[in-house]
Amino acid sequence: MKLKLPAPPIPEQLKPAPRRPGERKPSASDTLKEGGTSAVAWVDERTSLSGGARWMMFRKVPKGTNWFYTLGSATMFAFLNQAMTGVFLAMYYDPSPTNAYESTRFITNEAFLGEFVRGMHKWGSTVMVILIFLHMGRTFFFGAYKYPRELNWVVGAILLILTMVMSFTGYLLPFDQRSYWATIVGVNINGTGPLVGPYLSDFLRAGPDFGATTLSRFYAIHMLLIPGLIAALIGAHLYLVAKLGTTAPPWLKAESDPELRKESK
Amino acid sequence: MAKDRRQTKSKYTADRNIPGAFEGETVTRRRFMTGTTHVAGAVAASAFALPALGFALGPVFEKVERRWEAVGAPDDFADDTYIPKVITETPGIGEVGKTTVYVRRHNESIDGPQKDEYDGFIAISTRCMHLGCPVRFVPASERFICPCHGGVYDFQGKVDGGPPVRPLDRFYTRIRDGQVEIGPRFSVNSELRRFSPRDPGQELDGIGQYVYPSRPTIRKLPNT
Repeated sequence: MKLKLPAPPIPEQLKPAPRRPGERKPSASDTLKEGGTSAVAWVDERTSLSGGARWMMFRKVPKGTNWFYTLGSATMFAFLNQAMTGVFLAMYYDPSPTNAYESTRFITNEAFLGEFVRGMHKWGSTVMVILIFLHMGRTFFFGAYKYPRELNWVVGAILLILTMVMSFTGYLLPFDQRSYWATIVGVNINGTGPLVGPYLSDFLRAGPDFGATTLSRFYAIHMLLIPGLIAALIGAHLYLVAKLGTTAPPWLKAESDPELRKESK
Repeated sequence: MAKDRRQTKSKYTADRNIPGAFEGETVTRRRFMTGTTHVAGAVAASAFALPALGFALGPVFEKVERRWEAVGAPDDFADDTYIPKVITETPGIGEVGKTTVYVRRHNESIDGPQKDEYDGFIAISTRCMHLGCPVRFVPASERFICPCHGGVYDFQGKVDGGPPVRPLDRFYTRIRDGQVEIGPRFSVNSELRRFSPRDPGQELDGIGQYVYPSRPTIRKLPNT
């Protein structure tokens, strides 16, 4: 026997309206959909985020847009891959000169999926650099760096340099023979810059020789300083892309309205 | 020509009929408030930014103390070949802080007269002066060879071929308690004159010593 609780004595005005004749009872999926929509609406009413999202995503793109235009997003996803795998690698890695190699060995040989995640980070870095150069080549050969997009080229060039800094500082972290000597060579190349070079080397090493804090210094630059800068500049880069729009491929001739081309009488 | 409209207003607040203005006042309260806020913001930002920056830059100005390390009795070393010895250049970081030094007795027929008390033994650093790879002494050819880019140095550590820009660095040596001790590092130019240590790739001949200045973190011993 089904037990029915008595309805609470609420005033007439607050009772839900009875269903109209022919209207079916709302199903569970209807309720769910309704709930989702109202949650999104609740946030949007308080933030107006949907306007910005629409501005960012539903843009007009020129005729002839093709697969080459996806290289920028590909680079961004390579960066996101680096950020994600890097965060989890940091859970096992120990940036001290005596334990760094051992913790890297632990990640590679013993941690569950460690070899895979480290591989994603290691090979992902190479993929990211390659994608950056392809993206840069696309921009150059399509003439997409020209007015009014010069600033976006400059931001992109800074992003390239920051990625190189990431590659340089990340290379030391496994702390095997190859990374150690490659870093020695890299720092000494920095040192050959006239006048400032010697001080730059001292800054990178935190002293005149490879010392106790060199590794942790590289680690902090690699995981805190540069990723923050890259994330912020990617934001600026994307804002400018959305603001200025993308360019048509150079092989498309501009089509103007025939009405506008008519001689005025 | 367009008239500069800013000039039409007096710079005194009293002349502009601003309520509460007093004699000689030129800065409005609104402007003063804006300025104060900006200054307060700048002070707050520099309060954390400057110490953090100094913290990161500090090691560039800090002198690192060097140690002397005994490597054996004077009779252990010959004057016509090098004996490799491992010393700890940077303590506290395990294997990474160690380096090989090639040591021999001072030889008047090769090195000329002994310069001072630190010159009784010649201790050659294995740091290649191209980009810092470790060189190896090959007794058969009496030369130091670098594995990375083919730098070659003669018996005294002077450049014989390849990309290195100056002779191999050396270490001060002295005898204490019957033991040969290896001390701080110094760099040399092509005439083996002593200079404060420079990093590899930095020349010391001609204007090199001014293009690549010595650093506060590491200096040669005074008056040597």
